Amino acid sequence: MFTSSEDMDTDEGGVVKKFMFVNRKAPYGTIYALEGLEVVLISAAFEQDVSLAFVDDGVYELKKSQDTKPLGQKNFSPTYRALEGYDIEKLYVERESMEARGLTEDDLLVDVQVVSSAELAGLMVEQDVVISF
Amino acid sequence: MKIGVLVSEGPYTHQASDSAYNFVKAAIEKGHEIYRVFFYHDGVNNATRLTEPPRDDRHIVNRWTELSKQHNLDLVVCIAAAQRRGIMDENEAKRQGKDADNPAEGFRISGLGQLVEAGIQCDRLVTFGD
Repeated sequence: MFTSSEDMDTDEGGVVKKFMFVNRKAPYGTIYALEGLEVVLISAAFEQDVSLAFVDDGVYELKKSQDTKPLGQKNFSPTYRALEGYDIEKLYVERESMEARGLTEDDLLVDVQVVSSAELAGLMVEQDVVISF
Repeated sequence: MKIGVLVSEGPYTHQASDSAYNFVKAAIEKGHEIYRVFFYHDGVNNATRLTEPPRDDRHIVNRWTELSKQHNLDLVVCIAAAQRRGIMDENEAKRQGKDADNPAEGFRISGLGQLVEAGIQCDRLVTFGD
């Protein structure tokens, strides 16, 4: 995937780029969601303009009341609630993905902006860096 | 153009590392600068020197080492992802009380900040994976 760095903004701290992390996978079953979240947390230390998108099965990452005990895996979903403390507040959920899975905003454990697929595409175009998990 | 590369799948199982290798070679031939190749998720398995494919197959790990030697490439393996998967350098092996280390020549183990930094510093960050 190619990401453009044109129209870069800077502030006193140096270069600030628009980073979007696109979460596409269910939280368990593969490690992508967990390791993706680790990148998001690290990115906060770089004071970049970070946003997160949740599409496809990635919307399940934000599902309330996850119980992973039977899986024998750690439930890392509370970490999404901590993102606000890292100044990561732009969370976009693709409406089509959410609705196709029978979910509503009330099923999600953090405040998000629900956007259409077309709106999300528009947001992606504005980014300097897009990384998918 | 200054280019960063992310490889997020393991060797042989997945085409990602082959495609990244071909891309990096082609980009250098065209005069671009490869700022860094970052290995994440199962991509860290591209870094083990214990890899030994059948003789009639390409040696994905050695190929990266050779390319790194020729062009002074910065091949960086994510430490957190590496430790989960049994990829460990000498210092870390000592610290963890392990009796072996396995990164191939040319690879270094470092933090995820190196990926974010590549995104900031490069004109393009190109991902190879699913």
